[in-house]
Amino acid sequence: MEAIVSIAIGILTGSGVWLLLRPRTFQVIIGLSLLSYAVNLFIFSTGGLRIGAPPILQRGEAGTLAQYADPLPQALVLTAIVISFATTALFLVLLLAARGLTGTDHVDGREPER
Amino acid sequence: MSWSDHLTIAPIVIPLLAGILAILLGERRRALVTAIGLASVLALVVLSIGLVRIAGGDEAGVVRVYRLGNWPALFAIVLVLDRLSALMVLLTSLLGLAALVFSLARWHRAGAHFHPLFQFQLMGINGAFLTGDLFNLFVFFEVMLAASYGLALHGSGTARIRAGLHYIVVNLTASLLFLIGVSMIYGVSGTLNMADLAVRVPAVAAEDRALVETGAAILGIAFLVKAAMWPMGFWLPATYSAASPPAAAILSILSKVGIYAILRLWLMLFGDGAGASAGFGGTWLFAGGLLTIAFGSIAVLATQTMARLAGAVVLVSSGTLLAAIGAGQVAVTGGALFYMASAVPAIAAFFLLIELVERGREAGADVLAVTREAFGTGEDEDAEEEVGVAIPATAAILGISFIGCALVIAGLPPLSGFLAKLAILMPLVSGAGGIAVGTWSLLAALVLSGLATVIAMTRVGIDAFWAAPAASIPRVRIVEIGPVLLLLAGCAALTVRPAPVMAYMDATARALHSPQAYVRTIFPDARLPTPGAAR
Repeated sequence: MEAIVSIAIGILTGSGVWLLLRPRTFQVIIGLSLLSYAVNLFIFSTGGLRIGAPPILQRGEAGTLAQYADPLPQALVLTAIVISFATTALFLVLLLAARGLTGTDHVDGREPER
Repeated sequence: MSWSDHLTIAPIVIPLLAGILAILLGERRRALVTAIGLASVLALVVLSIGLVRIAGGDEAGVVRVYRLGNWPALFAIVLVLDRLSALMVLLTSLLGLAALVFSLARWHRAGAHFHPLFQFQLMGINGAFLTGDLFNLFVFFEVMLAASYGLALHGSGTARIRAGLHYIVVNLTASLLFLIGVSMIYGVSGTLNMADLAVRVPAVAAEDRALVETGAAILGIAFLVKAAMWPMGFWLPATYSAASPPAAAILSILSKVGIYAILRLWLMLFGDGAGASAGFGGTWLFAGGLLTIAFGSIAVLATQTMARLAGAVVLVSSGTLLAAIGAGQVAVTGGALFYMASAVPAIAAFFLLIELVERGREAGADVLAVTREAFGTGEDEDAEEEVGVAIPATAAILGISFIGCALVIAGLPPLSGFLAKLAILMPLVSGAGGIAVGTWSLLAALVLSGLATVIAMTRVGIDAFWAAPAASIPRVRIVEIGPVLLLLAGCAALTVRPAPVMAYMDATARALHSPQAYVRTIFPDARLPTPGAAR
């Protein structure tokens, strides 16, 4: 499972970075989204990948990570998802404003000279 | 818990409430919203002076812990008030006061939602300074950045949108790096509390050490993008020069939040007590700082407009701070803090001043014209503008303020910039034994960057005050020049009475370099290795 998750994170990051470096604003925003998915998966995996482990302790159990899945990375992911969602929405607005004001969807606000 | 304990969270709560109220009241009740904003920044100034007095209360320094929800520090987020955070909150409040008062003349009407954004900006910055938790630091960074995106775009216009686009993409990417770094550190150490990290990092197993250091390095890159270290700071001059003056003034402390985070975390995690990782990355900070000074100085010399010059000056100040912190000596860190306290208000005053000086000229006028066009508030504003009287002394006051800014920023006597550079350099050259190559390069970099700044500021100043046709004396209102004078008066006060301030900074630097007191306040029974014991 570790291999599959890490390959998935790798592919997401690679595609994200590639798109981030493209000259069109829409490609950049998709790149940022892919990157944030990759980061979310990465945070999620730092708690250790486990199947079927309960996220909370049973009554009377001693608190070690051997018995339950670490809930903190999940909380972090939740926060990160909310924040990246909000910033992506904000960026989308700016993208549209830039398109409207400059008349081009190039990230520099003007077409490169050929 | 007595009432005064809750003062620690007040710098976050006050602007939060003011911002919410400003949103609820809406754009229509502008007078009320303005009054709330002013009340909030004034309360923040009074409060932060009180916090500095509390934190600097006795010789050892007071560290106050505020447990959110009163949970123990390991289970929940803590806010920590110590000398450094109190100092930074004070700087933020002063800049906030100056920028807000300045904006009341006209800029707060140049676009929607200026007041809520401004309050949330202050809240994010204060939160980043006060939090004692790494992930909470991320959250406050995002609050601060989200508000700064809005403020940087305030007033709209093509130039701002263009620069804002780059600013947002760069900072969103840096935030993702921040998350990667935080989660790597958490994955190895199992904690996000900064004080707990200081305890656990020295004890990390040898095979995991590379992971912790990688995580810290990635985290550091996120901070250094914010602090605009070369080669990660190309976004800064464009964004800052395009932003409206009050926004640029408050943005000038934003880049110092990155410096603060580096200073806090690097010394806490990789200070002398960190065992095998002690001093990790110090060389990079030092070299990066020197390169930033070099790049900033070239940019200072190369710029044509005043606004871009101010942006380049921010780069130089960031580089100076990074190099001084990277030197890793207690006394130098104290000097760097003094430099920060003197350079930040001066640069903010410069950003405000630029707009006033350029008002009489074409370049500044058409930016405003564009914003009026976009928001259609032309008529009623023109009528009010005539209130500003073109007193003959205006040009003189502007000129004197400009000279003040130039002296502080370039670090020339007699103002505080000179004392700050002296405070950085003196401990370096007075050390026993020979002076290292690195020290010489820092000395050269500081002196040469000062020279470059003097040359550029002189050129720009001659252009603006002597060579320009005297036909149009800029109309300046008292609420516009007042904040500039206030900030410069702060620098002058630093010059007249440097001793108590320097003593405060030195004590702060000592506390930063040996964070045992900080850790022990949060975890009374923690055992942090004393400096040098591990080696």
